[in-house]
Amino acid sequence: MDFEPVIGLEVHAQLLAKSKIFCPCSSAFGAGDNDNTCAVCTGMPGALPVLNKEVVELSILTGLALKCEIRENNVFSRKNYFYPDLPKGYQISQYDEPICVKGKVAFLVEGVETTVGITRAHMEEDAGKSTHHGNFSLVNLNRSSVPLLEIVSEPDLRNSKQAGEYLRNLRTILLYLGVCDGNMEEGSLRCDANVSVRPVGQKEFGTRVELKNINSFRFVEKAIDFEVGRQIDLIEHGQKITQETRLYDPDKNRTVSMRLKEEAHDYRYFPDPDLLPLKIDRLWVERVKTKLPELPLEKLRRFINQYQIPEYDAQILTQTRELSEFYENIVKKCVNGKAASNWVMGDLMRILNDQKKDISNSPVSADQIADLIKNIDGNQISGKIAKSIFEDIATGKYSREMSVGEIIKTNNLVQVTDTMAIEATIDKIIAANLAQVEQFRSGKDKIFGFFVGQVMKEMKGQGSPQIINDLLKKKLKGEA
Amino acid sequence: MISEETIKKIANLARLKLNGDEVALYSKQLGAIVDYVSQLSKLDTTGVAPLVTATDMEITFRTDDVEKNNENSLATGNAPEKSGNLYKVPPVL
Amino acid sequence: MNFSELTIKSMADKVRRGEIKARALVEESLTRSKKSQPVLNAFITICENEALKSADRVDSLVSQKKDPGLLAGVPLAIKDLLLTKGIRTTAASKILDNFVAPYSSTVTNKLEAAGAVIVGKTNLDEFAMGASNENSAYGPVKNPWDLTRVPGGSSGGSAAVVAARITPGSIGTDTGGSIREPASFCGITGIKPTYGRVSRYGVVAFASSLDQVGPMTRTVEDSAIILEVISGKDRHDSTTAQIAVPPFSKNIFDSVKGLKIGLPKEYFVDGIDTEVRKAVENGIEILKSLGAQIVHISLPHTSYGIAVYYLIAPCEASSNLARYDGVRFGHRSKENKDILDLYCQSRGEGFGPEPKRRIMLGTYALSSGYYDAYYKKACQVRRLIRDDFVKAFQTCDVIAAPVATTPAFKLGEKSSDPLQMYLNDIFTLGPSLAGIPALSLNCGFTKNGLPVGLQLMASHFQEEKIINSAHALEKTINLENRQPHGF
Repeated sequence: MDFEPVIGLEVHAQLLAKSKIFCPCSSAFGAGDNDNTCAVCTGMPGALPVLNKEVVELSILTGLALKCEIRENNVFSRKNYFYPDLPKGYQISQYDEPICVKGKVAFLVEGVETTVGITRAHMEEDAGKSTHHGNFSLVNLNRSSVPLLEIVSEPDLRNSKQAGEYLRNLRTILLYLGVCDGNMEEGSLRCDANVSVRPVGQKEFGTRVELKNINSFRFVEKAIDFEVGRQIDLIEHGQKITQETRLYDPDKNRTVSMRLKEEAHDYRYFPDPDLLPLKIDRLWVERVKTKLPELPLEKLRRFINQYQIPEYDAQILTQTRELSEFYENIVKKCVNGKAASNWVMGDLMRILNDQKKDISNSPVSADQIADLIKNIDGNQISGKIAKSIFEDIATGKYSREMSVGEIIKTNNLVQVTDTMAIEATIDKIIAANLAQVEQFRSGKDKIFGFFVGQVMKEMKGQGSPQIINDLLKKKLKGEA
Repeated sequence: MISEETIKKIANLARLKLNGDEVALYSKQLGAIVDYVSQLSKLDTTGVAPLVTATDMEITFRTDDVEKNNENSLATGNAPEKSGNLYKVPPVL
Repeated sequence: MNFSELTIKSMADKVRRGEIKARALVEESLTRSKKSQPVLNAFITICENEALKSADRVDSLVSQKKDPGLLAGVPLAIKDLLLTKGIRTTAASKILDNFVAPYSSTVTNKLEAAGAVIVGKTNLDEFAMGASNENSAYGPVKNPWDLTRVPGGSSGGSAAVVAARITPGSIGTDTGGSIREPASFCGITGIKPTYGRVSRYGVVAFASSLDQVGPMTRTVEDSAIILEVISGKDRHDSTTAQIAVPPFSKNIFDSVKGLKIGLPKEYFVDGIDTEVRKAVENGIEILKSLGAQIVHISLPHTSYGIAVYYLIAPCEASSNLARYDGVRFGHRSKENKDILDLYCQSRGEGFGPEPKRRIMLGTYALSSGYYDAYYKKACQVRRLIRDDFVKAFQTCDVIAAPVATTPAFKLGEKSSDPLQMYLNDIFTLGPSLAGIPALSLNCGFTKNGLPVGLQLMASHFQEEKIINSAHALEKTINLENRQPHGF
């Protein structure tokens, strides 16, 4: 029997507010032990939560980008359970009245548009962090009450690769919006997966298992693959799947049951009386809508149409908002979409990779690349000269503030288009290589390249390749 | 009466260690209270929206400004056991 | 100085005019506090050093011709449910026995900013759960009018110190009657303000949708002064209302001419002690003779109040008290081989019987499968109860009723049956559930010399109406200078 996996992801995104969701402590990563805490986020007696408006704004923005309905009635509820890093004994979250519902994320998989439904997204506070040391544990509450948006997908994913693609694309959207830094290692983006399997053709879902602790892109696909395999194996051996939470162990690449936590799953949700209901009116939503940037898929489509570049290029160029903006800054100035794409995807990426830099601190500016393209297209410099100028800027010989025109001028790199001068050089080369001329004329066409190289070398690379080609052909064939 | 088994389950959920006498007592007392409050079921509340806060007020927000709490000992000043400025607890299984 | 006769207003006036030193007032209050302690057990902590320092600060302001504020040098006692930085704050629970507050409540900050001096933290029912002050881990408080009787609760210590002339005023909290009932039992004035009028920040939470802080004093005017100082929007409590605070004490007047006073039939039923009924009716008669108009009203869902309250309050409490887990502060059991053990043992040892009972009840009512039948249902009926009041206030300005069915009862008389104790709260729960302001004013004494309170209620944020009517009644009935023997 063939089985089909059914997968949904629950993604926790840390929202990029400067302060926590319910108190004014910094939400920054990496402070000293319990340094970013106060009476509220340590759950002192008498302390009360006060909602950070920015968290609501960022959540609305995200909801709009995920094509969600932004709900007018919002209620914060308490999710009650005991854990040492949960200081109040409850987590403030949204339960039956979340901020976002019924959305979708669209992205391309091998050129085909795929859509994944978003069931809901809700605001909540993070817990602190416990570290375990054998016979004791230590608790740090710096993370306690850091703002999160939990984004829950529909069970629309059918294999681990799709799940990975969805997560990558969701992350790209969050980064485009500037609502989350997407850093999985620091925990600003976390992922749980609901996984079940069913025989192909069956409508009903199988029993689902929740996978926790999938804290890198690498592990998402591996964890799901393992779990799907485990479930199919069980069914094929006539066993039943238990509805449970399982933890992914990346070292052993397997999932293990968390039965201990399971037995007392009764969160006793009820509306938090410390926070009044939150009303989000249309006006507020409309106001946030004006801040909505162009999203990756829309931008990808526009790049293909507007700049006449292949889908492959557009996909790479729209991977981050910064890269897409860098690219567009080049195109705006040089009006050659494909050339700009080639420069960015080729030379620029290589340099950034070598120098371990990202686009925001690229050693070569978009202006400079645009000027290089313009100078090539206007026959001012040869492609070869352009590459060497690029290398010189990239390696720091020239600064990223220096204009390309000035570099060309001071180094006298302007392409020679004077046919007299080129002709003279060609004559000189032909005279010095008569044996090769003979070979060419007897049909060995390939030797043509040798002559081009010699002429170029003689002209220090500044001769116009087009003119050299034309003239050389005529001379060798004895037509001129 | 609420069964002693239920009382034990609830006590575990509430993380309260109860001795045998307490279990028996609460089984009786909570039973009586629950019987009493069950009179609410007689009232038809179809279409009545639950009320949590009885005063009409609008939620107020904080702006996203960071304030550093300068009280170093706030977090762990009252801690029964600590390690540096971290809370120390028995092993979490 | 006749300390016993001085009101808050007269003390502050004298201190501001330099006629009396804050230090003298505070020293006298401290002497009385310490002397009363073996008799009344009204305090959990007496803050002598801090109080004397605060008094000196007020005196030095006066000598620099600076105004220390409306409460200049006035010694006040604070229910030990409000956090006071650097001072032990216990909520009368063993679980917080060693807890030193790391910050101060908004209310105590406001009081101190107005020149008040905190002389001590008063005894209460553990976590404010109770109506007799017998549920304290630090022993019961005695009623100054009769030491064999309870002072009421949960703000029993705060009521007793005012009745016994130890301080001219105190701060209590009221969740289902915890200011009004002890005020009634001890013959003083107490106001539960509108929910949202006074900040709850730094007040150990019992039931968050009901808890309110309020004044307890001998005179209505003194309560108005304190209420004026402690009210207002607080950026630390998002359930405080963005609504102007009237200068209650300045606006106070004593005419009730044309005022419509509603008498709810559900509050004048069989089962009320006849002497209580007589005193309350006498108070109402006086208001009538002063020009008030009596209207008969109905609050039909009154009888459901107890059931609604004893679901909502325990549900919220079960969650509010989850933070007492022995991890970050408070009692930690020596039995703690693992975290589960630490939780269950610390909480089992630290909480007294009443908090345990309510945590159990709330946990039960919120647990899977019961939410709709209990918590949600209670919240629906709560709306019906509030709507009763909203409707009633379309036909009257103020509602008058008894505070309690009986005067102060004997210590131990009701403590064995929690449900019987809960049924006592019938008259105070309605205003709490509806979020409206309510006041208790002494309106007479029983033959045995026990005080009886009259309850006055008004619509949301209409505290002025109950303050003014109470002020009018107080002036005519003239009981505030009667004082318990031996104090």
